[in-house]
Amino acid sequence: MSDLLQMLKPKTKAQSTTLFAWALIAPAAIYMFLIVVWPLVETFRLSFTNSNLGTLIEGADYIGWANYEKALGGRKFPAIVNRTFYWMFLSVSLKIILGLIGATLLASNIRARGIIRALVMPPWIIPIAIGCFGWLWLYNGHFGLLSNFAEMVGITDGPFSFLGYKKSAFYSAVVTDVWIGTPMVTLFFLAAMQGVPRDLYEAAYVDGASRWYRFRRITMPQIMPTVVTMALLSAIWTFNSFEIIWILTEGGPRGATTTLIIDTFKTAIFSYKFGAGATRAVLVVLILGVFSIIYLTVLGRLSRKYGYLGVQK
Amino acid sequence: MMDKYTLLQKIGIYASIVVFITFMLLPFVEMFIASLRPLTHLFSRPKIPVGETMGFLDFMSRFWSDKMSFQAYRDMWVTVPQLPRYIFNSVFLATAVTIMSLIFVIPAAYAYARFNFRGKSVSLTLFLAVNMFSGAVLLIPLYKLLRMYGMLNTYWAMIIPGVAFLVPTGIWLLKSFLEKIPYELEEASFVDGASRLYTLRRVILPLAVPGLVVVGVAIFIGAYAQQFLFAITFNQDRDYMPLPAGIFEFIGYQDVLWNEMMAASLVGILPVLVIFLFMQKHLIAGLTQGAVKQ
Repeated sequence: MSDLLQMLKPKTKAQSTTLFAWALIAPAAIYMFLIVVWPLVETFRLSFTNSNLGTLIEGADYIGWANYEKALGGRKFPAIVNRTFYWMFLSVSLKIILGLIGATLLASNIRARGIIRALVMPPWIIPIAIGCFGWLWLYNGHFGLLSNFAEMVGITDGPFSFLGYKKSAFYSAVVTDVWIGTPMVTLFFLAAMQGVPRDLYEAAYVDGASRWYRFRRITMPQIMPTVVTMALLSAIWTFNSFEIIWILTEGGPRGATTTLIIDTFKTAIFSYKFGAGATRAVLVVLILGVFSIIYLTVLGRLSRKYGYLGVQK
Repeated sequence: MMDKYTLLQKIGIYASIVVFITFMLLPFVEMFIASLRPLTHLFSRPKIPVGETMGFLDFMSRFWSDKMSFQAYRDMWVTVPQLPRYIFNSVFLATAVTIMSLIFVIPAAYAYARFNFRGKSVSLTLFLAVNMFSGAVLLIPLYKLLRMYGMLNTYWAMIIPGVAFLVPTGIWLLKSFLEKIPYELEEASFVDGASRLYTLRRVILPLAVPGLVVVGVAIFIGAYAQQFLFAITFNQDRDYMPLPAGIFEFIGYQDVLWNEMMAASLVGILPVLVIFLFMQKHLIAGLTQGAVKQ
């Protein structure tokens, strides 16, 4: 025992630092191990079994790659993957663009700035589900504001159920997702913009640079690290977004809004096919992992070529 | 001089702000109007003479009825007797998740901000990688885990997984704040013979208050906003349901009482909304100070 303690005892300052640092990280690390890593391993194990409601009592059997063959070979799977990426790209691009516009507006020298800033934030603060209830009513075909408005303006010539048709349901879900995601992106961009040193703008102004030029050549490069980080985070969150689609359409109509996460939830929880659901969960993690690595690698390359973009190599 | 706008620019800015805010607040306005309208009015379409299309006035009639009242705000307490409980649960859960997250986040963020040690970047990357998993991916094993410890249908069923998905972002946010605190202060404290833990508690924490507020608020909002998935899968007990899960049950009723549902939603989010309005100044100031880069 005393030998062991002797061994653990730090011999150099570096070792003592490492030990102390790890002691501080340990609680969080252990917690993550229990609540995230272990379930992840368990999901991986489950994905090779035929676990379902019926096998809960007698125990599931290992069935090799059968779940994967079934999931990947399914007629719907490629469409679901495509839809998920389309959903992600569309929604994230809109959030970033709106976030940039919003942050620029909120950073400008206007009256009642505090109140205006506060008015933009509610979609972010409230529970996502509550916001979706509001949108559910807005999209209502007969009585909803949007349908009535479209009819009044003459876009439609009668009630139009936004969530009732494949295309409109998909884009409606995107709009709601953008509505929920934009305020946070705006807030982070605004904070980044305010962190840009003022003398940069003043120097450019004295040199006669236009507002647009200053935005392009000072603001954008300065806040690029935040933009890059927010884009990745937002992409991951949007990819994984569950509540919005579930409350608005439950993945319908006829699967038009079924993303990978919705498909996973439907298979695992609604159809009680735990094994097949776990397979989809593993695929989600793999796809997101590959996407993140590609994103970071491409950015790393661009950073080296065009200067710092928020990714250190 | 630099911040002066021409009249045209001014009009453009304010017009854009109006459009932006309209988009952000439209659902709330519509929810409020819906909450005031009696069900019969809610479920009536603007009356349009045969052969004519809907005009502006027909459209506007949906916003106004003689029978508009705050009746729904009285009735909802009868339809959903648990409503006060739901509201309390929501705030309680978010608070509990925030406190528990901070307990994990503060020491870890301090270690990452201050020390160079073996396994630093690898472990930090692993933490951030947790962001890639949504709760939906881990539902089945989490269900098993919670059942194993008898935590299903308790507050813990929502707190335990909730914390896990907020800790990584919390570490990342707080780290960038702590990095701004000059190291000399700590060295001075060491020279005076203070221990590391004492320094963390007495020197760093007080200086980190603005950052802690931001991180705390961000975690709280995250915890408050996402109370749905775990609540509908791990908890069936109405006594522990957060607001969104409680109100979601409205939709299950034979006839959805939209006006009461909207009224309950608005009343339910009011406490947090009001608190946030007071906090938002500090939040933006704090975020700017941290100028989150990595």
